[in-house]
Amino acid sequence: MSKKLLSGPYLVWMAGFTVIPLLLIVYYGLTDRTGAFTLANVVSIATAEHSKALWLSLGLSFVSTLICLALAYPLAMILRKRGVGRGSFVVFIFILPMWMNFLLRTLAWQTLLERNGVINGILTALHLPPQTLINTSGAIILGMVYNFLPFMVLPIYNVLCKIDDNTINAAQDLGANFWQTLTRVWFPLSVPGIISGITMVFVPALTTFVISNLLGGSKILLIGNVIEQEFTRGSNWHLGSGLSLVLMVFILASMALIAKYDKNGEGTAF
Amino acid sequence: MNSMKNRIKYFVENFYLVLIMVFLYAPIATLMVLSFSGSKSRTQWGGFTLRWYLEMFESATIMNALQNTLVIAFASALIAAVIGTTAAIAINSMKPIPRTIIMGITNIPMLNADIVTGISLMLAFIAFGISLGFKTILIAHITFNIPYVILSVSPKLKQTNKSVYEAAMDLGAAPVYAFFKVVFPDILPGVLSGFLLAFTMSLDDFIITHFTKGAGINTLSTLIYSEVRRGIKPSMYALSTLIFVVVLALLIITNFAPHRSKEQ
Amino acid sequence: MESLIDLINISKSFDGTLVLDDLNLSVKENTFVTLLGPSGCGKTTTLRIIGGFERADAGKVIFDGQDISNLPPNKRQLNTVFQKYALFTHMNIAENIAFGLKIKNKPKTYIQDKIKYALKLVNLDGYENRSVDSLSGGQQQRIAIARAIVNEPRVLLLDEPLGALDLKLRQDMQYELIRLKNELGITFIYVTHDQEEALTMSDTIVVMNQGYIQQMGTPEQIYNEPENAFVADFIGESNIVHGTMIRDELVEIFGARFPCVDKGFGTNAPVDVVIRPEDIDLVSPEEGTLKGICTHLIFKGVHYEMEVTTPDGFEWLVHSTDMCPVGKEVGIHVDPFDIQIMNKPESEDEEAVGVNE
Repeated sequence: MSKKLLSGPYLVWMAGFTVIPLLLIVYYGLTDRTGAFTLANVVSIATAEHSKALWLSLGLSFVSTLICLALAYPLAMILRKRGVGRGSFVVFIFILPMWMNFLLRTLAWQTLLERNGVINGILTALHLPPQTLINTSGAIILGMVYNFLPFMVLPIYNVLCKIDDNTINAAQDLGANFWQTLTRVWFPLSVPGIISGITMVFVPALTTFVISNLLGGSKILLIGNVIEQEFTRGSNWHLGSGLSLVLMVFILASMALIAKYDKNGEGTAF
Repeated sequence: MNSMKNRIKYFVENFYLVLIMVFLYAPIATLMVLSFSGSKSRTQWGGFTLRWYLEMFESATIMNALQNTLVIAFASALIAAVIGTTAAIAINSMKPIPRTIIMGITNIPMLNADIVTGISLMLAFIAFGISLGFKTILIAHITFNIPYVILSVSPKLKQTNKSVYEAAMDLGAAPVYAFFKVVFPDILPGVLSGFLLAFTMSLDDFIITHFTKGAGINTLSTLIYSEVRRGIKPSMYALSTLIFVVVLALLIITNFAPHRSKEQ
Repeated sequence: MESLIDLINISKSFDGTLVLDDLNLSVKENTFVTLLGPSGCGKTTTLRIIGGFERADAGKVIFDGQDISNLPPNKRQLNTVFQKYALFTHMNIAENIAFGLKIKNKPKTYIQDKIKYALKLVNLDGYENRSVDSLSGGQQQRIAIARAIVNEPRVLLLDEPLGALDLKLRQDMQYELIRLKNELGITFIYVTHDQEEALTMSDTIVVMNQGYIQQMGTPEQIYNEPENAFVADFIGESNIVHGTMIRDELVEIFGARFPCVDKGFGTNAPVDVVIRPEDIDLVSPEEGTLKGICTHLIFKGVHYEMEVTTPDGFEWLVHSTDMCPVGKEVGIHVDPFDIQIMNKPESEDEEAVGVNE
């Protein structure tokens, strides 16, 4: 009996529920309601409304990714240095919040950020003027960073753990100070984890519609909200698919980036 | 002089760790506090009560959604574990080129945006003539869970010593027997962690479920989303708190109990 | 000759376990010093304290007359060749070698010349653009050495650098290291648990055990005149037996009296006696000081390895080019200068401390 036969069920599953569905998006995206070929759905990204949403999505997810990276790298360095039991404990800390429902966790930020919320309550108690925190771009960025930070920390931490202590010692031995060691050894060696982390944060941030819904109010529309509405309210699946195709360009670019910099799958999160 | 510098550094690092922990767990703590608050308002403390915990058990909607969530998470993780493990074994014995292609496709549901996966599956179910409901949620969850299992099992398979399997056959074991007696125990930790990861992912999923669920069925996530506009019932906080505490307890027991094996 | 490195009263413990206890060590300029001992004896910790990767809990590290105890590794004028090489895998060979020079902002042409020179020195000319992964273990080791020496350190620290290589390669690299040391004219401090490596390469061997220096001396001194049972046992194979020093130059072993050359142990004093297996001559029973029966025989290529059991039950290990068949009665004879007498340790602790020179 060939072991390859074992892949049969998976291959069928993959064809039916991964490949064909994606091809259907391509089909819907490139046709109109009558089934005739058209580029109109894709080109509609250029309309003022859609392009504004896309640019806003790109901007917010870009900033969120940068913040995640800036927070995660020192965190991963500290965790590695502390030698917290490889994997288990760190994964535990970062996976655990996922057992509190994603929507509720995000909603909890509403409670904290609201006009009469916890943070403004603290500000008032300190005789400081209350701030408008909710329904701003800042609130959306906060939600993105909060939800996706673990996806940046884990791959970077995993890559850092694979770096031999002596490699770092060698750099210092050859005269490198902390910053030189950081820029010439730590960073280059952790590129696979950084790239993997960037993609794992950027893609869901770019395409989210939930975080913007919960923390951005109804005024801020991201590209994810536009697509979601085409499918659930507007019911123009062709337009929604066309816009999804535009999104997929960015997703494919991310995948290509990973393939280029993380050939051995070193930077996987789990 | 140097020990002073080290102590300051250590303190700054600890401070940073605490800050990140506060950031990660502040919303969770908020929800837990709210689940005991007598007021329905999310911003005012209404005195301690267990009312929401009682209401939660009495609410058919919530219990129904909870049941759906757990059944789907368990079933999808289990089926994904079976399909994923067999697939990982097959992929492991493949030549490099087909292996690269299959692993590339395997990565798609993981790297793809949930919204695209959700939409694509919804379009497919409609095209295949499968009416949206429990079945379609289950299929969708299995689909995005399989990659987690494969990625957990594959490294373990690479570590297993091929000659152990061959030795078992040399000693007269049939291939299937040799596999279950010799190879499977080695990869079991990978299968289990894949299963757990899949279970967690399924439990936490909202977006893909949102597009593939159809009317008349809810998981906890979709129920919460539908309640957002009308205002979330505090019993939802109670349920989430309960789930969180149970899971926390389970994880602490399994992770920090004296280790039976050197594995981990 | 002035000493280049002085370790003064160094102590270090990890998690409450004392690894180094009040260690003192001087290393002279332009010598090949080997720290030799079993794993856990503190040799690597000593090297890491010199390199700056560990701080001693107490004591001082003096380098060229200056206290460098609190200096970080990047400020020390010495370089290290690490266990398993620790090359930078994200750089090619030339970039690896240039690392330290670039940090010091040396001019480009100087760096180029240095890379060429170093690669020639380690017999890897033309490897500039190769990747680290494409090199064998032995080649990576040479690059690790080249990367260290281009910085012109006054001391090169080597932490079991040949441990990961196979036997043949290890022997080749031993000669290579001796040649390098002579060409560069700098001090090598070398850590190993392999006594043969230590004997082959060193000017001075420091035998360590349980955080103490057991003996320090030339390879000949360490081998021929071990100061205690630990050193005798650790360096080469040996027969260590209880004896009684009857008077100067006469020792009694198992009731037989052997003339020897050692003096000053007193009369009728209990001592340890070390006799190397190759120093035992098997003679006819009548000529031997002790009689025994050959109980074991193995052909080892260069020599035969035999065990001769004397009536008291002790099995003497004997190496000889002459064969003695199993079961045959033989006599044991040892020349006086081949007998090494050592004081008996009075307690377990003293056994570890040994006697310092």
